[in-house]
Amino acid sequence: MSPTAPLVSLTGIVKSFPGVRALRGVDLRLEAGEVLAVLGENGAGKSTLMKILGGAQTADAGTLAIEGRPQRFQSPQEARAAGVAVIHQEFNLVPALSAVENIFLGQEKTPGVFLSRQRERDQVAALFQRMGVEVDLDVPCRRLSTAQQQLVEIAKALIHRARILVMDEPTAALTSHEVERLLALMRELRAQGLGILYISHRLDEVFAIADRVTVLRDGGHVCDRPIDAITRDQVIEAMVGRPLDQEFPSRRVARGGPRLEVRGLRRGTAVRDVSFQVHRGEILALAGLVGAGRTETVRLVFGADPRDAGEIRLDGRVLDLRSPRDAIEAGIGLLTEDRKLQGLVLDHPVRENFGLPNLRQWCRRGFVQRRRERSELDRHIAALRIRLSDPEARVGNLSGGNQQKVVLAKWLARDCEVLIFDEPTRGIDVGAKREIHQLMNDLVAAGKSIVMISSELPEVLGMADRILVMHEGRITGEITEVAQATQEQILRLAHA
Amino acid sequence: MKPARWLADYGMILVLVLLCALFSVLTYTEQSPTGEAAARQVVDAVLKAVPAGARVLVVASDQPEDSGFAARVERDLKASGAEVLASVTGEPRNAREALQRLQADGGALQAVAATRVAGGWRVFAGLASEFPSLGSPRMITPASHRWPNFLKSGNLLNIANQIAVIAIVAVGMTLVIITGGIDLSVGSLIALSAVLAAGFIRDRAGGVGASTGGMVLGCLWAILACGAIGAFSGLMITRFAIPPFIVTLAMMLVGSGLAYLLAQGQSIYQIPDAFVWLGRGADLLGLPNAVVLMLVLYALAHVLMSRMKLGRYLYAVGGNAEAARLSGVPVRRVLLFAYVASGLLAGVGGVVMASQLKSGSPTYGNMYELYVIAAVVVGGTSLSGGEGRMLGTLTGAFTIAVIQNGMNLTNVESYTQKVVLGSVILAAVLLDRLRQGRGIR
Repeated sequence: MSPTAPLVSLTGIVKSFPGVRALRGVDLRLEAGEVLAVLGENGAGKSTLMKILGGAQTADAGTLAIEGRPQRFQSPQEARAAGVAVIHQEFNLVPALSAVENIFLGQEKTPGVFLSRQRERDQVAALFQRMGVEVDLDVPCRRLSTAQQQLVEIAKALIHRARILVMDEPTAALTSHEVERLLALMRELRAQGLGILYISHRLDEVFAIADRVTVLRDGGHVCDRPIDAITRDQVIEAMVGRPLDQEFPSRRVARGGPRLEVRGLRRGTAVRDVSFQVHRGEILALAGLVGAGRTETVRLVFGADPRDAGEIRLDGRVLDLRSPRDAIEAGIGLLTEDRKLQGLVLDHPVRENFGLPNLRQWCRRGFVQRRRERSELDRHIAALRIRLSDPEARVGNLSGGNQQKVVLAKWLARDCEVLIFDEPTRGIDVGAKREIHQLMNDLVAAGKSIVMISSELPEVLGMADRILVMHEGRITGEITEVAQATQEQILRLAHA
Repeated sequence: MKPARWLADYGMILVLVLLCALFSVLTYTEQSPTGEAAARQVVDAVLKAVPAGARVLVVASDQPEDSGFAARVERDLKASGAEVLASVTGEPRNAREALQRLQADGGALQAVAATRVAGGWRVFAGLASEFPSLGSPRMITPASHRWPNFLKSGNLLNIANQIAVIAIVAVGMTLVIITGGIDLSVGSLIALSAVLAAGFIRDRAGGVGASTGGMVLGCLWAILACGAIGAFSGLMITRFAIPPFIVTLAMMLVGSGLAYLLAQGQSIYQIPDAFVWLGRGADLLGLPNAVVLMLVLYALAHVLMSRMKLGRYLYAVGGNAEAARLSGVPVRRVLLFAYVASGLLAGVGGVVMASQLKSGSPTYGNMYELYVIAAVVVGGTSLSGGEGRMLGTLTGAFTIAVIQNGMNLTNVESYTQKVVLGSVILAAVLLDRLRQGRGIR
């Protein structure tokens, strides 16, 4: 171990997935006793980088060294053994086990045949005391609060002598008081010589805790600076970076009268009093951070979740939506953000997926009119240029772009008046992306209304007629002059 | 449909055919017709050997399988213009007496029509020397041939009849498993249905003197009651999100307990003879009525699953319930339908069983849920839901029946049968996995 070697150094990391280059030669350095913030838009490659560091994936090229020693982790276990602990947004705790049991899971102290519960318990209690926090050691973890569960995760890392802590959006689910406590703990750990790699969208926290900032964009590494050598605006610029000349197809559609009106929509803490209108021939974008309540809002509009309060009108008529079935019947379609889990039955043929929301039309006395279904499908395959060898093929075997087109096709065949696109181009290649954008233009040109959720700011600015920005379940701003809007403006509203 | 996909969907048919071939080879034995079948053959032979006005002696041994031989031969020969001089059913001694009598009467004897056993009696070997005045009568006995016991039509129909109950119940189970659920209550519902139907006939329709209407009413009542229990399970599963395994496990106990309570732990057999029409009768082309019912149910279920909206919804719910819901599929209603159908079909299975055994007993259907699930799984339906074929289940049910029947014919004792059956079920599913290329991880 050379004295000058950084705690972690990544050089020229490349990682590709079929059709996507997630990381194209990323460098990253983390020193002991340092908090490094890794920033970037969704899809910039942060999580892939984390997975490589944590051993969940291996890089195609590039080197990873811990304290100067090259490593090539084949599994999370190997990374953990080398001192890397990753704390994911979703915790890896067994809900039924207590904090102590979770912390020692897989590494139980067994002096003889039996577990040494008392020793384990003492050790954990001492650790929590050092961390300056209180966590009930004996109740099942599912009864602990989110913040406490996170502390258990951190304790688990510390007890196994992790020297590198990777934290993915650790504050996303915490209250402001809990955030303060967490940041204090991070400072304490930093003082003890741990290196902390900290991923967050929240710039306030980044500026409060980080020593250095590394910004990723499109799988590349764009800037690496000490925190006091960079301003907030410079960070946002570095994250967004792209020239806004844009690859978005243009359109000219006169906006018509209001079609969908939502008033006072509420559900728990996720959606708090959301009201908006969508007009004929308009694309309305909902922007905001992940977890700001955009998806939750449109799911209420679609009847997918029960709402606590709120009124939904379509063409002035109040809709009594109790299920997606009602919404579809009324002429609303939803392309879900997760097409694999919510949009498609992956193991079933393209034809059956396509038919699913439309069978009621293509049915006589309970029998599916298969010829009609087939001809409709052929028409949409041609119109959307879906590339497939056989409509009976398993839809899960198609590429992301083609899968998304199948989802689109099933709603287009339904001829919905209002279409909700939740992250319509996530994870699909540039060509298909443009085709989908063109299709959205064609739809509004035909007088349909579109509500689009996108975490890609260029897409929001390039496609929307009007932008609503959400933060913590509320609409925090509206941008009507999209042509003059900037990504910085949206990000500021999104960070409220 | 492409041949490869057909094989993937119905590969179990191949396995079934191979099993049939195996048991055919193992049970390939000498067959000699007996009784009326032998009579028909012998009459044909006599008429061919001795044209017009033959004088014939008919001899049959007194073994039970040949009962009816002599009468039939006599009748058919007379109808064809031949003269039956005497008809003997009994022992060699009786045949000798008859021959002596014929010799005393005088006149030639042209043929002796005998059963296989009687034809071998020593008295006929010395016919020419002992009774010279009879001329040289031709000995005519039924010809024997070689044919597998397994493939005799009686045996095949027996297999179908034996499996009818399990196969009928497996229709409902397939629906449930395709939605990603399971129904453990069907075995108990078979017992409950049999007891309810038999109990209704005994207590409310007049017992042994019950009318057809009363019997039909009893069966309907039993089937609907089982459907109601299925509906209850379905509601528990859809409204309260209790796992199907737990709900139907509970209903398995409840159903079985109710059957014992209602029957007071006894068999109910005060039922008219006509009640066995469904289980033992055979009205259509010699097919047992239960088998006809089974085939009709499979045809309907196949159409439902392959052509109808509801079938498509069942697959979609099993494949991805959330995606289905977000596509406007009424997921709860679809699930409810599956459990109601499973309950109703278990009820039908119970009625068939009661009819086959002409009684209702709470011990019926014990462990049937496992055989039913085995039939579904052997038929290629995935327990994780979303895929499966009705005709696969039918194949699976027959596979199980053929193995059991084949082992009975080859004298494998019942303990060994269980071991073999279990192994075969595992092997069938393993084969299916390997064929789909997801076996080894």
